[in-house]
Amino acid sequence: MTDALRSAFFIALKDMKSYYFKPPNISWGILFPLVFILAFYLRSPLEFIHLIPGLLSLSLLFSTTSMEAIVITFERMTGALERLMLYPVSVMTILTGKISGGACFGVTVTIVFFLGLIILFPLHIENPLLFLLSVVISSFAFSSLGAFVSVSVKQVFEAQTLANLFRFPMIFLSGVFIPVHSLPSIIKPVAYIMPLTYSIDSIKVSFGYEPQIMHPLLSLIVLSAFTFVFLGLSVKILKGRMS
Amino acid sequence: MTAKTKDGKEVFTEQKIYMPQSSAYGRGDKMVYSPFRKSGMLADTSLQPGPALDGISFSIRQGEIFGLLGPNGAGKTTTIRILSGLSRPSSGTAMIIGYDVVRNAVMVKKNIGVVPESSNLYPELTCIDNLIFSGRLYGIGIKKVKNRANELLRLFGLEEKRDVLFGKLSSGMKRKLTVAASLIHDPPVLFLDEPTTGLDVMSARTLREIIQSLKDRGITILLTTHYIEEADRLCDRIAILVKGKIVTIDTPGALKKSVRTEKAVDVRISTYSPFVEKEKGFSKITTALKYEKREEMFRFFIDDLDSFLSEFSSFVKQQGLSIEAIHTVTPSLEDAFVEITGLKREIMIQEKGGSK
Repeated sequence: MTDALRSAFFIALKDMKSYYFKPPNISWGILFPLVFILAFYLRSPLEFIHLIPGLLSLSLLFSTTSMEAIVITFERMTGALERLMLYPVSVMTILTGKISGGACFGVTVTIVFFLGLIILFPLHIENPLLFLLSVVISSFAFSSLGAFVSVSVKQVFEAQTLANLFRFPMIFLSGVFIPVHSLPSIIKPVAYIMPLTYSIDSIKVSFGYEPQIMHPLLSLIVLSAFTFVFLGLSVKILKGRMS
Repeated sequence: MTAKTKDGKEVFTEQKIYMPQSSAYGRGDKMVYSPFRKSGMLADTSLQPGPALDGISFSIRQGEIFGLLGPNGAGKTTTIRILSGLSRPSSGTAMIIGYDVVRNAVMVKKNIGVVPESSNLYPELTCIDNLIFSGRLYGIGIKKVKNRANELLRLFGLEEKRDVLFGKLSSGMKRKLTVAASLIHDPPVLFLDEPTTGLDVMSARTLREIIQSLKDRGITILLTTHYIEEADRLCDRIAILVKGKIVTIDTPGALKKSVRTEKAVDVRISTYSPFVEKEKGFSKITTALKYEKREEMFRFFIDDLDSFLSEFSSFVKQQGLSIEAIHTVTPSLEDAFVEITGLKREIMIQEKGGSK
């Protein structure tokens, strides 16, 4: 177990050194959320402060999933992923490493955005621990979603396109702009199967908002469950594809 | 199933091979590879349909270089993929130093080094970082792995490239570093999949010298190649693989001896012109059964060497020519390959752009 975690750490570290500044990662993982934040600020500066928790979640979603599209799909194309399988490590360890690298990228990007926003706006966090836990656990959940998408395709652009099929509906249905309780009842169940919903809800609570879905700790448990489910599915798909 | 050469000699019997006990690894041979089949899709990353392995069996002795020789699609890479745990056989078993490649994949991976056909280290990492990363995944401590990485860079003549990105290296250097990375954990067994493919002549020669030196250090090597000369130069024993089946296994010398050849002499004449053979009448040499032109040489097929040499030397003097070089023809591994497989030499050359 310790060996597996250590190996996962080295894989994550290698991914961070190699891929943080790859162009697709910068455009989809950094610039896109940044543009999104700016666009919503310019549209309604007065209401913008209420959108910040949702936009931070969105930044986590895009940065982590973009990173996974690169570290998995790109390495599959170059044969580097297969190289990892020559080492005495399991597919589970490899993907844990890759998901961790993506999660670190997501947390880094989002914290930088957050620090910028806290300078510009009178933000107040009621529960810093919950905020930090929400950011970290959400980033793992989204990163594992990105891994799940990326192991299913061959090209980086396919991974980004497929990821958008998940990401864009989440933007509108997970409570970034429209509260989930305001959604038509026929759409609400869709919101409940989206990890972004729980991420936004728990981050909002950390900012002092009332929970809309469930107690924030339960949201974190649901996000953790998403992480393990996506990780398990990714392992299964990758094993099948590589052999 | 039993494979036989054309003269009826039994060269290989497909059955499970049991090895006597030995002190080093508990078996006389380092690898025991019992018949397995891989059917359906060729097990590669592109999942293209293609031939698969069709019940092959071989064993490799400790410290030898064992070659898998065959054209593209013969199943060489599939064999390495199965032995290195990347693919699973449809049936059968393969053991490496006592570990089953499917059931004890982790132990197998700890004891082997694999050099894939493509040099797939990480282009964004430096040479030293690539080696350290590889070592860390084998569980080697940071101090030890740094020492080992520097030692390998020295051994492979890459000290000056220590802090250069892998992506910036030449093909030959990339190949050398890929071999170095496969040795970071000091494995007793090394798999080399087409190690010199795509390299220039000098890089290929250097790499062959390195491979030979690894054997001298006691490493057991399984090498796949489609270069007949390379297999001849490097391998202690060779398995010829065609369409997923091993046709024969033997030493290069024994394979050459098994070839039925006519006696022949190659001669190069000093004042050769395209008209020499016609004008000077080689066909009149009675001790030559027939002759043919081979690049700058003439090959004469003969019955008796002494009488041919006597008649031929008189003939060239009479014609005012001189003999520049002459040598008797012994069967090459290429001849053996052609006779055993029924394939043409060109099939090996065309597929990967020529032999080295």
